[in-house]
Amino acid sequence: MIEFEDVGHRYGERVVLSGVDLRLAERRVAFVGANGSGKSTLARMINGLVLPASGRVLVDGLDPARQGREVRRRVGFVFTNPDSQIVMPTAGEDVAFSLRRSGLSRRERAERAAEVLAEYGLAGYADHPAHQLSGGQKQLLALCAMLALDPAVLVCDEPTTLLDLRNKRRFAEMLTGLRQQVVMVTHDLDLLDGFDRVVVLDGGRVVADDEPGPALRHYRALVT
Amino acid sequence: MTAGGWYEPGSSPVHRVPAGWKFAALLALAAAVFALRSPVWLGGICAAVVLAYGVARVSLRRCAGVARSLGVLAAFVFAVQWWLLGADRALVVCLRVVTALAAANLFTITTRIDDVVAAVEGGLGPLRRFGVRPDRIGLIVGLTLQAVAALSAIAAEVREAARARGAQRSVTAFAVPFLVRTLRHADELGEALAARGEGDR
Repeated sequence: MIEFEDVGHRYGERVVLSGVDLRLAERRVAFVGANGSGKSTLARMINGLVLPASGRVLVDGLDPARQGREVRRRVGFVFTNPDSQIVMPTAGEDVAFSLRRSGLSRRERAERAAEVLAEYGLAGYADHPAHQLSGGQKQLLALCAMLALDPAVLVCDEPTTLLDLRNKRRFAEMLTGLRQQVVMVTHDLDLLDGFDRVVVLDGGRVVADDEPGPALRHYRALVT
Repeated sequence: MTAGGWYEPGSSPVHRVPAGWKFAALLALAAAVFALRSPVWLGGICAAVVLAYGVARVSLRRCAGVARSLGVLAAFVFAVQWWLLGADRALVVCLRVVTALAAANLFTITTRIDDVVAAVEGGLGPLRRFGVRPDRIGLIVGLTLQAVAALSAIAAEVREAARARGAQRSVTAFAVPFLVRTLRHADELGEALAARGEGDR
């Protein structure tokens, strides 16, 4: 359960979020809105990358402002650009990096990393230089690096913006099968098939919060 | 990236030497090469390093890449040193540089970064009681090596964009976007590390 209680935030003078009250318990939730609507900031608050200037956020009753470490263990985060998420030179090492605090031995971490890679369509890439993977494979690797820790929640900030259509579909299918609660920030309305709830943001406020059909009608009306 | 490079998986004896020992051997070799003055000895060590490439079964393509960039560097160093110090000294300096760099390259080709990081962490373990955080230093080593690849990728893209606009000779057309993109990369990397729990504790 992710709760936002009267959350507000500003960058300098610019108000990016105000009066956001949400209780997200659904398995598939999307934040939709124009550039600058505050959706990415809101998503970053779920794992404490951004702390709210006012109000508070709770993830399973934990406050990211005070219990950041516990919250980040529960919440995985996939960013838009996979190049800046990959911190180790090979795919296997990058996934193993996630497991560094798991108490497993190095060999076990490498084995576990290879298993996770195989599970998400990157079998045989453990020793492959991470930066030579295709864009779609890199984003899958970023996903693997998060799922290796088996978080309860997965937040994705426009994860398919840099992907082609085929890879976008593949990534979306991968998400569909996950047991995790998924919170996805996106402009890409095609990704929202099967989502339970869509929150539309505009100018830092929630302007619609509904099932995908009605919420997206509202969003389309907003942009035309 | 031409000379520098990444790990090439393999099972040769050179690959199987534990990373810590290999790293120590590399440091010892570099120190020895700079202490020695005899071209015969230096030539011998250089030949031994070349032989080690063979033992490690490094692909010919990789060897050619290393040879090409070291060749250019050696020619430049030799020319400058010859002019400054004479041919004999120039040969010694050249052999030192080529031997040390070739050995360092062989190390990166045959050693997984993860193993290097683990070796650094293990080696620094005893310093833990003095407040040193070996895992931090290990991560820095990994990220430093990674930064080389990330920055060269950014440089290549920026150069391409400058060329597309006919500005390949302009320094600002390269430097400004390169700097901006590097800083943005640093920001995003920091955020990604934070999201992966680095810094928690």
